[in-house]
Amino acid sequence: MSDEYLSRGYLTTEELKEIVEIPSEERLKKKPVAVPECPQEIPCTPCAEICPVGAISMPTPNDRPIVDYEKCIGCSLCVQICPGLAFFMIHYRGEVARITMPHELLPIPKRGDEVVLLNRRGEEVGVGKVVLVIPKEKSVGDTPVVTVEVPLNLAWEVRAIRVKEAGE
Amino acid sequence: MRLEEHPVIDFSRRRGRKVTIYFEGQPIEAYEGEPIAEALHAAGIRVLNYAPKTGRARGLFCAIGKCSSCLMKVNGIPNVRTCITLVEDGMNVERQRGLEPLPRDYRPPRWKEAQRVEADIIIIGGGPAGLMAGIKAAEHGATVALMDENPMLGGQLVKQTHKFFGKREQFAGVRGVKIAEIIAKEAQEKGVNIFLETSAIGIFQDGEEKIVAAVRKNKELVEFRGKAVIVATGAMEKMIPFENNDLPGVYGAGAIQTLMNTYGIKPGKRVLIVGAGNVGVILAYQLIQAGVEVVAVVEAMPKVGAYFVHAAKIRRLGVPILTRHTILRAEGEEKVERAVVAEIDENWKPIPGTEKVYDVDIIALAVGLRPSMELLHQVGAQIMYVRELSGYVVRHDDRMETTVRGIFVAGDSSGIEEATTAMLEGKLAGLAAALFVGKADLRAIDEMKKVRQDIDEFRSGPFGERIKIGEEKVMIR
Repeated sequence: MSDEYLSRGYLTTEELKEIVEIPSEERLKKKPVAVPECPQEIPCTPCAEICPVGAISMPTPNDRPIVDYEKCIGCSLCVQICPGLAFFMIHYRGEVARITMPHELLPIPKRGDEVVLLNRRGEEVGVGKVVLVIPKEKSVGDTPVVTVEVPLNLAWEVRAIRVKEAGE
Repeated sequence: MRLEEHPVIDFSRRRGRKVTIYFEGQPIEAYEGEPIAEALHAAGIRVLNYAPKTGRARGLFCAIGKCSSCLMKVNGIPNVRTCITLVEDGMNVERQRGLEPLPRDYRPPRWKEAQRVEADIIIIGGGPAGLMAGIKAAEHGATVALMDENPMLGGQLVKQTHKFFGKREQFAGVRGVKIAEIIAKEAQEKGVNIFLETSAIGIFQDGEEKIVAAVRKNKELVEFRGKAVIVATGAMEKMIPFENNDLPGVYGAGAIQTLMNTYGIKPGKRVLIVGAGNVGVILAYQLIQAGVEVVAVVEAMPKVGAYFVHAAKIRRLGVPILTRHTILRAEGEEKVERAVVAEIDENWKPIPGTEKVYDVDIIALAVGLRPSMELLHQVGAQIMYVRELSGYVVRHDDRMETTVRGIFVAGDSSGIEEATTAMLEGKLAGLAAALFVGKADLRAIDEMKKVRQDIDEFRSGPFGERIKIGEEKVMIR
């Protein structure tokens, strides 16, 4: 694939689908599944090392991670440890999708909070609800992880959140 | 301004006792354990001295004691590197105006009064390379003395709040600040004799022994004697030419990291970053974590040089990355108030009409590093210019020994790379030096083989290509 994304600093959803095979709709509905947005060959292995079921293949440290979606149990350890904050988990639940992502900024939202949804370009694309927070003390990678419920059509768009300011 | 809340670091636990220093007679609140220039920055003071010939205002630039942009008069003594000199209660600090003489009654220390420190191996630099070298050498039975001119161990790791890459046995997935703590503790536990705030000023040969002359806390001379020396002096920030690039507020990326991540001081309100390599985009992310607005990252190349994943982290938080753009000038009265950038064409010339003006109080330069090889040059080791390693570097063999017998090198001072490879090179140099001084046995040779494999594996991807070309040029076969 072209490396046009390097002139912009973000991948489009179409580009992402060229570099990783996207899990089947059936799999996405079953339970959360980890999808790496890691297009370059860089010397980095924590995801493959921490996966408890060996679902991430990486023959040498400079290979890109490839997830076996049937093996993936949706535990989020790769999301917690990834030094590039490049792992996300997606789960389709009827009309909504749940996205699990790293969130290393203050404030850390609470379960039930409504948050602003940001796409890969940092544009606000809607609002979602926080359904789960793993604080950094409980994260294997010292990175807080947040699961947000978003409209289904934004499942492959939203990759960050902004916590609303008081009164917003 | 000081940072009270931070998603990664708890500064309230790091700060020492409150003290008062006097800046041109005016009392300034500071914390024990922080350097003078950093404390002044927290109090809003940006101009530290006036240049000798032009009289232009100068401020902080590197914040690690390498660039001399922060020289001030402290308790009447001129030319003090205030970025690495710690505050003391009641200290008097004044802006230096050009060249200023020492006070008439000042008596410089004499060499014959120097404290003498002996060890098998002397290590210069307490960053990832130096510490790992110390750990390995001590593990194999050598006695080690290690000096660093900064007030804390860990080198540049102490300001890295992001998690490192590589393999987990090489600390991948662990934040730089944490790695610094782990290896500093290990070096201390292994018995490495550590001297902080101690600057090496020369390496000399005396028969079979090597002497490293050093200055401790700006006043005491120390004479280190050993059979081998490992130089792990790191790197310093590069500068690029543009109008007003000396205006206080044009800071090296590392200086900004020192302010906010080491000492919990807010570097400014709005920042423009020049350079979209790893340092530039990681800095952008760290600034956002510290609650500082990043208006843009400009990059002259058509593509982001950083690992893509680091760039993606700031793009999804809305920071624009302007490739094929450059900075034209900084504007402001004795401090940065605006930055003017423009798009450039295929010949690297600014395209008229594409200028953009940003209201910022900080311009961060993340335009690369160059190896700190001055001591190796002084001792007579063979030096060559290697573009792939980012500047003048020393030639060495596959045990990190230079062309001067018993003088080893490791880390960025042997070519700009990653902290991960700095640690691996440090291990190699430490093992090789322990063998050289006759303390290690054959097990060290097996260990060196494993370390070399790890280095080769790390460099085996596309990001390692450049380094491998550079290494090929400096390697002595």
